[in-house]
Amino acid sequence: MIKTLLTGTAAAALLATTALAEEVRVYNWSDYIDEALLAKFEEETGIKLIYDVFDSNELLETKMLAGGSGYDVVVPTGTFLQRQITAGAFQKLDTAKLPNLKNMWDVVAKRTEQYDPENAYSINYMWGTTGIGANVGKVKEILGEDAPIDSLELVMNPDNMSKLADCGVHFLDAPAEMLPMAMKYLGLNPDSHEYEDIAKAEEALLAIRPYIQKFHSSEYIQALANGDICVAVGWSGDILQARDRAVEAENGVEIAFNAPKEGAQMWFDQMAIPVDAPNVDGAHKFLNFIMDAENMAVASNYVYYANGNKASQEFLIEDVMGDPAIYPSAETLDNLFTTTPYAPKVQRVVTRAWTKIKSGI
Amino acid sequence: MRRFAMIAVPYTWLVALFLIPFLIVFKISLSDAALAIPPYAPTMKDGFTALIQGLDFENFVFLTTDDLYYKAYLSSLKIALISTVLTLLVGYPIAYSMARAPEEWRATLMMLVILPFWTSFLIRVYAWIGILSNEGLLNQLLMWLGVISEPLTILNTNIAVYIGIVYTYLPFMILPIYAALDRMDDSLIEAAEDLGCSRMSAFWLVTVPLSKNGIIAGCFLVFIPALGEFVIPSLLGGSGTLMIGKVLFEEFFNNRDWPVASAVAVILLLILIVPIVLFQRNQQKQAEAEG
Repeated sequence: MIKTLLTGTAAAALLATTALAEEVRVYNWSDYIDEALLAKFEEETGIKLIYDVFDSNELLETKMLAGGSGYDVVVPTGTFLQRQITAGAFQKLDTAKLPNLKNMWDVVAKRTEQYDPENAYSINYMWGTTGIGANVGKVKEILGEDAPIDSLELVMNPDNMSKLADCGVHFLDAPAEMLPMAMKYLGLNPDSHEYEDIAKAEEALLAIRPYIQKFHSSEYIQALANGDICVAVGWSGDILQARDRAVEAENGVEIAFNAPKEGAQMWFDQMAIPVDAPNVDGAHKFLNFIMDAENMAVASNYVYYANGNKASQEFLIEDVMGDPAIYPSAETLDNLFTTTPYAPKVQRVVTRAWTKIKSGI
Repeated sequence: MRRFAMIAVPYTWLVALFLIPFLIVFKISLSDAALAIPPYAPTMKDGFTALIQGLDFENFVFLTTDDLYYKAYLSSLKIALISTVLTLLVGYPIAYSMARAPEEWRATLMMLVILPFWTSFLIRVYAWIGILSNEGLLNQLLMWLGVISEPLTILNTNIAVYIGIVYTYLPFMILPIYAALDRMDDSLIEAAEDLGCSRMSAFWLVTVPLSKNGIIAGCFLVFIPALGEFVIPSLLGGSGTLMIGKVLFEEFFNNRDWPVASAVAVILLLILIVPIVLFQRNQQKQAEAEG
């Protein structure tokens, strides 16, 4: 209907649509959905969808705590969600408006309850692991056939890193994930909030710092796919997207993702409704639409992330459902760890350590 | 009455767009961080007396306890200074040849200098990523020409930041210098040469002093925004590029500590006031000299 009205170019008609059209504003991670779903939502509901993207939890949290973001649905990661719930940034979901909740997967729901008790404020969108993406050809050329591409040795051992430096290594600009990884490498509890352990992780990261070209949380997808860099520590689905982009480009670049065998961080991106959302009803419609088994499968098949939707699994392609990098086996699942949010004092120590790691000061 | 209205307009502008926002930032810089919406306390909701009692200079004291902050200010000053000099070195010859170009070309040349502003600043900085990256246009060209055999790492270094700043702010340098040179009387050069000056010394003794005001204006127009620059270092710079704009971003977004972020911003403003006042005085002197 919107289309027909728009084609009638009269200004009056235009004004009428803006007055009539109901809008839902969604703020999600970049490269995180099949855009066909957005069009489908508009078609099915007649609601105009405004879809914006971000690439850091910090950015989202700042908008949430400033208030009046104007978004109806946002997608923070578990630890951030927990803190924002405490700050009063979200409203409880109206389960009566979400019949598709029946599709959700108890295995994931049980884990997300540690951030959002009883899952009262959020639904799981996607989950994944933080691991290592490698340009297999180049890494083997540099480190030999038995290069440890499935181990933290590759990215945390200064010997390996010094050899890889010229070829380019990117790390995530996400202290809440990189410090736990360093702690895991050192054999410490990766969820430690002790100042002493943070200092040890800082030291281990400083030792490899000279060999890291950049800390960034989204550029590595394209950089890996183009062959600009050899190794990236990043999020599972993003690296798998880089792998597919390289295959499509037929540039001879072969990318592999591995969750480190020492243990990888598992995270959950949760959809929630801000307390001051302008269109609460529309937000619920969007959540219910996303929880539809087939829609969720379309999204996962496109972005190569696992989701928290049990019913969607029968619609997933083999490349997704059958890939242990995306849906890990039961024993790998045991090897994954989760983290909890930092208290403000600890947060300042972590950020300060991170600045020192990044800039040397 | 009419006179009053004339003065009132710029002052209303100043109060609404500078003084009020500054006072808000200043107030936040005296508050404490809190996990709430908005993320600081106290706020107006607590009542006026509680608000005043809750304010202190703790955050400014904090800035002195960690050497990160003064190092970031110094590093920003250094980057802004070097890029201003570089912009002057690149911009002056361009402005000079524009002013010496035949009359009928000048409008076109001026157009070419302004043209890049028709595209978004962000997109133009982004385009440099494509030019400077390891597999980028510049490296491919140099390798094809056989100048280098291994790609040069330029992107994500301070060199890329200098390139970005010089590129972005070049028009701000060219335009005031061009304006100064354009107004210059050519017969002065002829007179200098008649009196035995070589072309080179005529340039240094006559042209440069006469374009001094343009140079000063151009330098301030580049230096002031470059000091607080955030977009260019974060897109083109490496993780080692330390600038106060990035520190400000981190305080705000990573620490979620608005009060400390505001304190950093207040100090940045104080640092900027010195060159801004100097600039203002220079403009005034020039106006008087011409008036």
